[in-house]
Amino acid sequence: MTTTANGVAASWRRISDTIDGFDLSPSSKSNEVHVLAVDDSFVDRKVIERLLTISSCKVTAVDSGRRALQFLGLDEEESTNGFDGLKVDLIITDYCMPGMTGYELLKKIKESSTFREIPVVIMSSENVMARIDSCLKEGAEDFIVKPVKLSDVKRIKDCMTREFKLGNEERGVNKRKLRESETCACDLSSSPPSVMSSLPSSPSQSPQPSLLSAPPSPSPSVLSSSAPCSPSSSLDSPTRRLKMTLSD
Amino acid sequence: MLGLGEDRLRADMNRLLALLFHQGVLDEQFLQLQQLQDESSPNFVSEVVNIYFHESEKLLMNLRTLLMDKEFSGYKKIGIHLNQMMGSSSSIGAKRLANVCVAFRTASQLNNRPGCLRALELLEHEYCYLKNKLHELFQLEQQRILAAGVRYPRQM
Repeated sequence: MTTTANGVAASWRRISDTIDGFDLSPSSKSNEVHVLAVDDSFVDRKVIERLLTISSCKVTAVDSGRRALQFLGLDEEESTNGFDGLKVDLIITDYCMPGMTGYELLKKIKESSTFREIPVVIMSSENVMARIDSCLKEGAEDFIVKPVKLSDVKRIKDCMTREFKLGNEERGVNKRKLRESETCACDLSSSPPSVMSSLPSSPSQSPQPSLLSAPPSPSPSVLSSSAPCSPSSSLDSPTRRLKMTLSD
Repeated sequence: MLGLGEDRLRADMNRLLALLFHQGVLDEQFLQLQQLQDESSPNFVSEVVNIYFHESEKLLMNLRTLLMDKEFSGYKKIGIHLNQMMGSSSSIGAKRLANVCVAFRTASQLNNRPGCLRALELLEHEYCYLKNKLHELFQLEQQRILAAGVRYPRQM
């Protein structure tokens, strides 16, 4: 198996032959990331919706944690089950909301056996370490300081898509190759997300400091290039607790 | 002559934007919004900004009502409104407004009513200024589109 882009494409096609119902080609609509966005601000919902749409994601935007749980079918009072075609791949939620905060929503999702695998990203206008910390401890995937920019969404989506593909990768392919690429190029938007190509690993290339190694900048990214997105490297890395566990 | 109209309008728009940036009224988040506008969403910026105006006017009215109340004690409610205004202002790049909200919030946290009243007046003033300037910007944009439309047949 080669590591060139063409080699990747060829090997992906072979893999996809064996995986039922999974078309891994980027043009496949069924593989579009579906994001559930939660924010009580109409302005922010409009913006996040547009940011996600322009990043080729399907978006469902709701105005409260309660509505989010209803949509997922987790709300005790009103269950809206049966959304077969609308599987949620990512939840992005504001922290400060009346009623249920983003933190409380995060906890509810991580407590659910059905939905705890869904990555949750928290957005907040306040850059407070304690807040970031508690969200990460509770299992948040990432923490974005508002205002949210295209680069934030691209970074998250790249991590998402990579885990998407890697989730299927785990089933049989070369784990040694994956472990070689210890870090990921999440925020190096110039390089397209490609699993098998060697990922730039030098932290000095990262435009944003990692929360783990440096004090946060005004727009901190918790997951920077030194925080791996590939699941196999997360098995060995200290940031494993930050990542959702992937089924083996 | 017609081509000149469109170019002049574009120059006017750029000059207005540059002024607003220079004054610190807008920041790069506004540019981010512009980047999100394209053929599939050609009015994105004005749509978001109009939602922002609508919501902000409600918030400003609520703030004034709360502060004018003789039995005033609801600094918490003020804080909530301010957080909302701060958040949406920063989301559209209205930096100066967001900053005034911060100062207002500080005054409210110190239970400083006169300070709050002053901050509210400043907030209303800044809001009016922003609204006028953005309306001006959108009008120039509309005129520019019209001017470009008139020129187009000539190029064929």
